[in-house]
Amino acid sequence: MLHPITVTHYLVLSAALLLIGTLGVLLRRNAVVIMMSIELILNAVNINLIAFSEHLKTLNGQIFAIFVITVAVAEAAVGLGILIALFRNKETVLIDEIDILKW
Amino acid sequence: MEGLLFLTFATIAVLCALNLVLQTHPISSALSLIGVLGSIAVLYLLLGGEFIAAVQLIVYAGAIMVLFVFVIMLLNTGAEKQPTRKIVVTWISLPLLFTFIALAAMLIAQQVPKTEVVTFGGFSGGTTLSVGRSLFTQYLLPFEVTSILILIAILGAVVLARKEI
Repeated sequence: MLHPITVTHYLVLSAALLLIGTLGVLLRRNAVVIMMSIELILNAVNINLIAFSEHLKTLNGQIFAIFVITVAVAEAAVGLGILIALFRNKETVLIDEIDILKW
Repeated sequence: MEGLLFLTFATIAVLCALNLVLQTHPISSALSLIGVLGSIAVLYLLLGGEFIAAVQLIVYAGAIMVLFVFVIMLLNTGAEKQPTRKIVVTWISLPLLFTFIALAAMLIAQQVPKTEVVTFGGFSGGTTLSVGRSLFTQYLLPFEVTSILILIAILGAVVLARKEI
């Protein structure tokens, strides 16, 4: 029979997703994929919040997760707008070719 | 039953997340992210968050991912060329990542005191009724502040989409 699943298992899953998302932010060169990795990180945080909400038997964690989702939506809209404006000027979204701030 | 569901969807989530990072084409990454978001929605259901599972599917896997795929199609970037790495780096990175995850898991298991078993239906406070009631009474001020945030985001997107920038 399977080992019973506790809240700790959910926390471990959240940590794994957070690490993989961080890896994506650090390794990839395409800015769109970097933004997707950021979404992955935010989702890992949401799993944490909802697991603790279940553990403490209160609703507060889930409400907070809804706010996190809202902020993620706003971030995606503005970030993708910035990417399109950048592409219009520089013709690229690869972050190592966008170096106008590099001295 | 819960254990089987958790293991299945947690495995799908982690594998899709790895696929997201390892694929070279952005569309493959976007599809993997949809897999991650869907399996996480199932985990939310297991944890008793009915409303937030629906929100996850509609807002994340629906709206945000459509936006991402639209931008990928618009920019038409194609597969990114990987810089040539040393052979050691290629072969050692994945085992190193798993070691790191195992280390984090060990730390969590040590730090968190023994938690109780999650059973399906053990916590049923995440219905639309209770979430809505809580959102419009106790959390009314953060809710309104969030609407201002969204307004600012819309204005920012409109300003960024103008021609002169």
